[in-house]
Amino acid sequence: MSSEKELRLAMLTAVAQTISRHAEELTQLDQAIGDGDHGINMKRGFDAVMADSAGLVEKPWPEFLKGVGMTLVMKVGGASGPLFGTLFMTLGKELPGNPCAGDVAGALEAAIQAVQARGKSEAGQKTMLDVLVPVAAQLRKDALALTDLVTVAAAAAEATGPMKAIRGRASFLGDRSIGHVDPGARSSALMVAAVVGAVKGES
Amino acid sequence: MSSVGIVIVSHSPKVAEGAADMVRQMVGDEVKVAWCGGDPTGGLGTSVEKIMQAIDSAWSAGGVAILVDLGGAETNSEMAIEMLPPERQGRAVVCNAPIVEGAVIAATEAAGGSPLEVVKRTAEELSPQ
Repeated sequence: MSSEKELRLAMLTAVAQTISRHAEELTQLDQAIGDGDHGINMKRGFDAVMADSAGLVEKPWPEFLKGVGMTLVMKVGGASGPLFGTLFMTLGKELPGNPCAGDVAGALEAAIQAVQARGKSEAGQKTMLDVLVPVAAQLRKDALALTDLVTVAAAAAEATGPMKAIRGRASFLGDRSIGHVDPGARSSALMVAAVVGAVKGES
Repeated sequence: MSSVGIVIVSHSPKVAEGAADMVRQMVGDEVKVAWCGGDPTGGLGTSVEKIMQAIDSAWSAGGVAILVDLGGAETNSEMAIEMLPPERQGRAVVCNAPIVEGAVIAATEAAGGSPLEVVKRTAEELSPQ
């Protein structure tokens, strides 16, 4: 087994596991300000990805990521499907066949543009973008400072608490959305921590 | 049949089916109507796969107008449109209109033979300004 393939499997497994372990927490966050299905939807999506994992990890990085994204689009069953699906598919489109750490910031920046277009949103509206944007900025600053990346992502997710939701169903609550962490931001931070853990060889 | 087809996408299959019933009462079989609702496992939600199937079953040479309820239905419908084969691109549109009223008025317009952009505009005249 090539080390790249092992890394793909480790990353995928880590992300799927963290989503599964936190599914209830994500659903509770979504119950506070949304329709209460984020955890179960994301878990369904990543369960479907894991069911195909043996085939997916055989593919090179671009096709691997596109495959993960397409499965999320088809299986998640909420707006999170196209949003996280677009994130992964665009990463796959932008990354070269043999990516290095320095390629990731640019690919993530392009993926953020695509997610913004898909969700007609931007940073500051209490969404997943409020984690992805500072994560991309940190990667641009230092692509190898992995521990900092996890810290930035976790802090950015927490920082969505005081924000007022402008997009998505949470926006129906207006000021009442203030005081709750955004579930999509939280799941984004969990994914960043899982990917970093896999890169560092933690399990 | 070249009249514009109508696709109804709700988080709830009951809402989608009920809206489709109201459309059929108005236009009978003059217009193709398809509906879908529910996530891939049957809970409340929407599914790109089901939306693509509904678009396919309502497809006509005039294209299809899609009526949606809440955010995820719109995002998933836009995703489904982008995944259509190239020859169908540009001939499926999401209408920014209330799902039930929009579907009925869009179908009525379509039954009169109006092109897709007129069907969409007529439905969207119902939207709050």
